[in-house]
Amino acid sequence: MLSLALARRSWAHRLPASVKFAVLAVLMVALMRIGSLPGQIAGLALALGLTLSLGIGAARIAARALRPVLWIVAVILVWHLWADEARQGLAFGLRVVTMVGLANFVTLTTPLPEIIALIEWLAQPLARFGLAPRLPALAVGLVLRFIPELRARHAAMAEAWRARSARRPGAKIVAPLAFSLLDDADHLAEALRARGGIAPPPAAKT
Amino acid sequence: MERNLTLIVLFAALIVVLGLVPAIPLGFGVPITMQSLGVMLAGAVLGSWRGALAVVLVQFLVALGLPVLAGGRGGLGIFVGPTAGFLIGWLPAAFVTGLVVERVRALPVAVAAGIGSVLGGIVVMYALGIAGFWLFKNAALQPGDTPMSLWAATLIMAPFIPGDLVKAVLAGLIARTIARYRPSALIARF
Repeated sequence: MLSLALARRSWAHRLPASVKFAVLAVLMVALMRIGSLPGQIAGLALALGLTLSLGIGAARIAARALRPVLWIVAVILVWHLWADEARQGLAFGLRVVTMVGLANFVTLTTPLPEIIALIEWLAQPLARFGLAPRLPALAVGLVLRFIPELRARHAAMAEAWRARSARRPGAKIVAPLAFSLLDDADHLAEALRARGGIAPPPAAKT
Repeated sequence: MERNLTLIVLFAALIVVLGLVPAIPLGFGVPITMQSLGVMLAGAVLGSWRGALAVVLVQFLVALGLPVLAGGRGGLGIFVGPTAGFLIGWLPAAFVTGLVVERVRALPVAVAAGIGSVLGGIVVMYALGIAGFWLFKNAALQPGDTPMSLWAATLIMAPFIPGDLVKAVLAGLIARTIARYRPSALIARF
């Protein structure tokens, strides 16, 4: 499973992840307060300029990442055109594309290990509640390890189903998949315990 | 402790994998993915807290920029878009589903998990999703703009509800199967 981050390094890859996330948060708050069309267009120009600075190939990936929100933009545009309020529909569309575009820019230019490091840093205060700061990274690593595993198993079960039945497997194989997953959970828990468990290491003696 | 972590991890993986299953086109043009079925199941099987944590883990992967949502979607864009409320709403959805299965022990598992899924996966999730969309839509209105009513926002999201009702029924049936053949696995009631 690949991250959506670009493999090729760009100028934006060199910025620290924390800076990019902070600037993104400020921009999101600002964009929710700008209502005028010129302000929205300036925001869109910023998102477009940033994305294009990564190159044409990256811009194409960014455009594809916008697709999931386009249906709702289309619905709202039709709604406002029907009510003869084109300006409002346009403002909504511009805001959606700008905000999602800027957020995707950060995703495209921040490699996975950097975000995990940022999260470990943010999770440090959790140590006070007895949670190891490395727990989030461990959990992420384990999920990424098991997604292809479960996916392959689901495919095998679907194939076995199709060999027996002319109908689609649908949700019928979710229960057997869940059973196999519950076994995995037991085995994995044992393996983790055998390797010292997940409790935070005891505080070093001074 | 370790088993809690691994159950959370594996149900997070299940939610992701169910999103990769091809969407079933519903009669009236709205595709339904099985991903929210995974969210309902996480709550119904793992219970409120662990179910919610499995969802947090998936949301975490989305924020990390991994294409783990149905249709290969992911990235921070999902969290700032007009439909962010639905993704965030998964968390209370799994929690409430789990809470119903935990607390309403008088009802059979299938009924409790089904009712929990309707309450959590539909009522709570849509309330958050629609509220998020409504807030986003009505942000920074200019003089002369007409704000969108909550009713209109609900109407726009309504076509997706029938599919989620089907999934709530499926979640109830699958939870019953798990409870019947592996009673100890349904740790929401253990």
